[in-house]
Amino acid sequence: MKALVYVGLKPGVLDPQGRTIARSLNDLGFNEVESALQGKVIELNLSGTDADAAEARVKEMCEKLLANTVIENYRIEMQVEE
Amino acid sequence: MQTAVIRFPASNCDRDAAVALEKVTGRKPLMVWHRETELPAGVGFVVMPGGFSYGDYLRAGAIASRSPIVRDIKAKSKRGLAVAGFCNGFQILTEAGMLPGALMRNKNLKFVCRPERLKVESSNSRFTQKYDAKSEVTFPVAHHDGNYFADKDVLSRIEKGGQVLFRYAENPNGSLNDIAGIVNEGGNVFGMMPHPERAIDPMHGGTDGLDLFKSILETI
Repeated sequence: MKALVYVGLKPGVLDPQGRTIARSLNDLGFNEVESALQGKVIELNLSGTDADAAEARVKEMCEKLLANTVIENYRIEMQVEE
Repeated sequence: MQTAVIRFPASNCDRDAAVALEKVTGRKPLMVWHRETELPAGVGFVVMPGGFSYGDYLRAGAIASRSPIVRDIKAKSKRGLAVAGFCNGFQILTEAGMLPGALMRNKNLKFVCRPERLKVESSNSRFTQKYDAKSEVTFPVAHHDGNYFADKDVLSRIEKGGQVLFRYAENPNGSLNDIAGIVNEGGNVFGMMPHPERAIDPMHGGTDGLDLFKSILETI
């Protein structure tokens, strides 16, 4: 199974990269873009079949390494193959 | 006094740190590889050097801060071991949870590399006791991720606790409160983005960094 981990800056933490992306999109005529947040996606291929147990482990991975919770939030999306 | 410099893959100021330590102690520091699980006995002061450990993958300092030697240094720092991190070393110390806050991408998104004027905020610390409080020093900076961030509570705690030891005269990276260097609550772990180890010889253009090494080493 797979876990997709989305890591991004917490609300209120300045994201100069997101701001630059939004400004650049505005320059290209996409004026509907009010703001952009840049984060990252980490795709994990996992062994095992118990999705709940796996998700708990991935949460631990986020807390221990994948996100710096001083400045970042994370969201986990489990993908289980049928 | 036996000192040590920790080497990570892509550390690049490890030699500068070693030269600075030898200049002040008269003794070569031990160069310790990050895979070691234990600091050699008798080491009284550890430097986490600058560089781009692990290519800044994931976040600057993130991977290095989880290496075996850092776990040992963290445990020993809780029992009083003196540790300093410069540039990437500072990033590693915050990522390891040995110093509060985090270092983010520079506000203007630019790599900044230049001599930087700093205000010595306090001389009431083991790392700055040889400086005059409120005096100005010049250390080089060279970083892309030096923008110090901490939430309001942490920021107010370190300000009230006198943990901010250096501030930028002209903020180059967007750091909150112009913070350039901080010490932990215990006063034995220090980190700063500028490079004191690159300001220890007249050929560097200045020797303002020497007193930082003298300050801490005298207390050990």
